[in-house]
Amino acid sequence: MSSPLLEVSHLAKRFGGIVATDDVSFAIPQGELHALIGPNGAGKTTLIAQLSGSLFADSGAIQFAGADITRLPMQKRSHIGLARSFQITSLFLDLSVLDNVALAVQAHAGHSFSFWRPARSDAALREPALAALARVGLIDRADRLTAALSHGEHRLLELAMALAGKPRLLLLDEPMAGLGPEESARMVGMLRALKRDFTILLVEHDMEAVFALADRISVLVYGRIIASGSPDDIRANGQVREAYLGDAEVAHA
Amino acid sequence: MPPLTFRNVLVAVLLIALVLLPVYSHLAGDRFALTLFTRIVIMALAAVSLNLILGFGGMMSFGHAVYLGIGGYAVGALANEGVYSGFVQWPVVILASALFALVIGALSLRTRGVYFIMITLAFAQMAYYIFAGIARYGGDDGLTIYKRSQFVDPLNLSNKTQFYYVCLTILFAAIYLVYRLINSRFGMVLQGVRSNEVRMRAVGFPTYRYKLTAFVIAGVLCGLSGALLANQADFVSPSVMYWTRSGDLIIMVVLGGMGTVVGPVMGAIALLVLEEVLSGFTEYWQIILGPLLLLVVLFARGGIDGLLGMLSERFPARRPS
Repeated sequence: MSSPLLEVSHLAKRFGGIVATDDVSFAIPQGELHALIGPNGAGKTTLIAQLSGSLFADSGAIQFAGADITRLPMQKRSHIGLARSFQITSLFLDLSVLDNVALAVQAHAGHSFSFWRPARSDAALREPALAALARVGLIDRADRLTAALSHGEHRLLELAMALAGKPRLLLLDEPMAGLGPEESARMVGMLRALKRDFTILLVEHDMEAVFALADRISVLVYGRIIASGSPDDIRANGQVREAYLGDAEVAHA
Repeated sequence: MPPLTFRNVLVAVLLIALVLLPVYSHLAGDRFALTLFTRIVIMALAAVSLNLILGFGGMMSFGHAVYLGIGGYAVGALANEGVYSGFVQWPVVILASALFALVIGALSLRTRGVYFIMITLAFAQMAYYIFAGIARYGGDDGLTIYKRSQFVDPLNLSNKTQFYYVCLTILFAAIYLVYRLINSRFGMVLQGVRSNEVRMRAVGFPTYRYKLTAFVIAGVLCGLSGALLANQADFVSPSVMYWTRSGDLIIMVVLGGMGTVVGPVMGAIALLVLEEVLSGFTEYWQIILGPLLLLVVLFARGGIDGLLGMLSERFPARRPS
């Protein structure tokens, strides 16, 4: 078996007296959808921040595609194929939907010191952007102002922007946050389709979605991974039940 | 070909009127109109340059008039030393403003928000006091320029009509340049920065170098405006870079419409014509300007250009209006 796409070993981060990430190790092989769950304050966001490069770990190492990226800054990680979607929607609200995705494409298309040729008719930017929009089902919204879209559509646009950079690993930080039941179902369908083509690390509160989608699940409690395995293993794990999942919820899922 | 809306027709009429203005001036014997509009065209150039960083890049520079001074003094100081050739003067203007913008930008663009406003203001005021202290170039009293920039015959900047057309050509070229810039990849980055700079960096853009480049381009365009202004007045003094002048430029941009290509031109015309007309009635013309500006900010966020755009939607061009 080849080495995993992402390998985290003995990662640790503390803020003063609080241990936010406590000796975390896990690996995600190519093609897997790995879910990271845990109660509020378990350190999921801190962990994602260290993976995407907006925070640096105190100790431990992160390997991505065989290279050590522990100290690599955020922009460079994005360039080698680590794409992150944001928990809180962070878009270019006064630009068109297509412009948003085209900017994400442009970020991966070399430098932007091109002063004369119109970017809005540049097929090298527009076509991949349109493809990403088609993929998330927003193609009919392409020319709309981003501010005019619904919250659910903003989440999908976030996803399209992450896809636009042709990432090797998608870090999805709560893509379901704030979605209604119908929109959630749509997002789950979308992720199921994306799973075929991308390796994904999914951080999510929606248990139903996690158990439906994940190949493997890691459970984070107080900064420490207390269990890691298939959805069935996790469901059966007594420690997980106790620490995090309500019994009823597990039975339901 | 842009669509035939009310706004676009009006813009076209405005641009044609600017081209034909000297004809009117000659026929009607109204020499003052030519003088006023030469000044308007020059200030419009400065406003267009500010709009590139303020309207499209979201960089609230409160010291933009400093380049009017840099450009003006480059011409004035060289003329004072006996160098009249425009082929020397103008490249020096461009170089000096670029260098100045590079230094101010490199330092101020590391900050944002109120700090950025204050630092750009501080740099401009520093330049103001430095030039006010150079006795060789007139200090506080300013510097008279005895000969305008010399080019080859038959181009003669001392001829008012010719000078007007030189200014207008440069303004139109600058508008076209900004138009191309903001629609290029570079321009998309700039607009992304205005919209959400944090996200731009997260998505992988090193935003600082793009902002700095825009800042330098805007500085050079404004420097040219300063060179023209000094030529028109045959005089340059530190007061052209006083902070209230930077404020005037911001007013022009906001009044005309931030982030539209020709908005600042409308803003420059509106402000300077208003100043001319109102100051005929009262010395305290700004008492009228103030509330007017307030109305624009409160009810027409897009400025005059935005207002015209709204009217175009209300009255589509297909129907006779």
